[in-house]
Amino acid sequence: MRQRPSRRDLLRLGIVAGGGVLASREALAAEADARKLGIPLGPYGERSPFEKATRWTRESKTPETGSSFSPLHTSVGTLTPSSLHYERHHSGIPTIDPAKHRLMILGMVSRPLSLSMDDIRRLPSVTRTLVLECGGNSGGEWTAPGAADAQRSYGLVSCSEWTGVPLATLLAEAGVRPGATWVIAEGADACRMMRSIPIAKAMENSLLAYGQNGEAIRPSQGYPLRLVNPGWEGNTNVKWLHSLRVADQPYMARDETSKYSDLMPDGKARIFTYAMEAKSVITFPSGGQTLPGRGPYELTGLAWSGRGRIDRVEVTTDGGTSWIAAKLQEPRLPIALTRFRMSWRFEGRDALIASRAIDETGYVQPTREALVAVRGMNSVYHYNGIKFWRVRADGTVTNA
Amino acid sequence: MREGLSAVGKVARPFQGRGRGAKSPALLIGISATLFVTVTAVAQSPPFGVGRPPTPEEIRELGSAIAPDGTGLPQGSGTVAAGRELFAAQCARCHGPGGEGDVGPRLVGGRGTLRTPRPLKTVGSFWPYATTLWDYVNRAMPFDQPGRLTPPEVYAAVAYVLNLNGIVAADAVMDATSLPKIRMPNRDGFVADPRPDLGSSPRK
Repeated sequence: MRQRPSRRDLLRLGIVAGGGVLASREALAAEADARKLGIPLGPYGERSPFEKATRWTRESKTPETGSSFSPLHTSVGTLTPSSLHYERHHSGIPTIDPAKHRLMILGMVSRPLSLSMDDIRRLPSVTRTLVLECGGNSGGEWTAPGAADAQRSYGLVSCSEWTGVPLATLLAEAGVRPGATWVIAEGADACRMMRSIPIAKAMENSLLAYGQNGEAIRPSQGYPLRLVNPGWEGNTNVKWLHSLRVADQPYMARDETSKYSDLMPDGKARIFTYAMEAKSVITFPSGGQTLPGRGPYELTGLAWSGRGRIDRVEVTTDGGTSWIAAKLQEPRLPIALTRFRMSWRFEGRDALIASRAIDETGYVQPTREALVAVRGMNSVYHYNGIKFWRVRADGTVTNA
Repeated sequence: MREGLSAVGKVARPFQGRGRGAKSPALLIGISATLFVTVTAVAQSPPFGVGRPPTPEEIRELGSAIAPDGTGLPQGSGTVAAGRELFAAQCARCHGPGGEGDVGPRLVGGRGTLRTPRPLKTVGSFWPYATTLWDYVNRAMPFDQPGRLTPPEVYAAVAYVLNLNGIVAADAVMDATSLPKIRMPNRDGFVADPRPDLGSSPRK
């Protein structure tokens, strides 16, 4: 790329400083203080080289399966950059040419369909900002106190703007036959991940999303097509979607029987536990961070509910003796991350801080003790207990 | 329904609204007839007409998905003996020679542990349907080469893992008829989601 001539070049040519042939001493002195031009325009944006936030992943012999955790502790606002959205893959990210990708709708339908991405994009679309949370997020907290920081303990949650076509629109295209009650969704990843979705959910608000945060869905999030089930555990949001089988029974897939079922103390496991209930976590101050000194801070965090809007978030800084309503960032969207904030003065004394979310259904985020009393410690999934952090007198923050 | 902007919703909702306000039986009959006609019309002609029927090749490439009643199970069969050989060659490197687990999860044991502080969830102790095992092995195993097993190989692998767990006899033969009939030990171990089971009002 050709650069514009710099002030130095112009001075050398003598066309600055009144057009004289020789640059004056004064002009050369001014040149020494001149500001350098910045980096030129570019085709695709990068963040500042000073920003280092990344997803965190456990070391693994099989890195194609596992999770990466979103850096909640450095997040601001409510949207997760697509590049930092948490991941959960079971057999790696497939590379899919959208021109060759097809979605098949089969089973109990009047018109089995094979659709190209172009076909799907011709249909009326909707856009929704939605939280997406892994069913196993913060599962380590069952056996408290979980991981040492907000990213590793709570980072399997993210929020994006999703654009796509309502699943109901495509089911109407295929013509659902009487008696159909389930839709079996399958991805085009190597392991062909499959989940059974009740048709009532499909008709209510499931989306076939091709857009995320204003561009095509990232490969790690299901490019080119992902099922999005608002408010339901991440695993049901099947990525790289390539087939929907309409059926009169759930298929009892491995990922809805052996996994993503919640074992109770009586030895029975809850199955089809789809909803992600109200939850919150303070992201600042949170584990691993250090307050540089006494004085005023903005305590902040994230709250969400798979059942609707967050109505209220209460914060304690005295270990749960008193709870104060935090300010909620507007607009508060249903089933989306909601940022809460509260002014707080750190006096250099130990403080036990926590938040609890209340959603529009009136549901109040329970304590860990209340959860354990009902569900024991072996249910793995759907942990949403109140999360405490301990701010120590020296300003360091740890698990509580 | 929060933002169910579906074609079906748009068609059906006006009639639901009118139905609630309707008082005369004649009007109700009229509405029912209109609703019936509308639903029939939806079923007969697609609102947008996008896409085309899948080709037989596309359906073949999609592979199978198996329901607990056996829907989707292909022809072929496999024995425990064949499964033992296949397991040693293809599965043992991750699951251990006897399915005791290594990089891959443990596949045997755990019966009677689900109510204890250290539950061991395996095919034998936890999985409710044998068809799920067939479906999962077929779609996802071996981990680094999913999809490579033929239906007879999958039947054999399933027969062997079930035998390791004492669920089928050493001379068992698995096929589309015998597999769905197997009653897994934890078949009745699952209950519907009762949530919200917690979450009372905060103290004022």
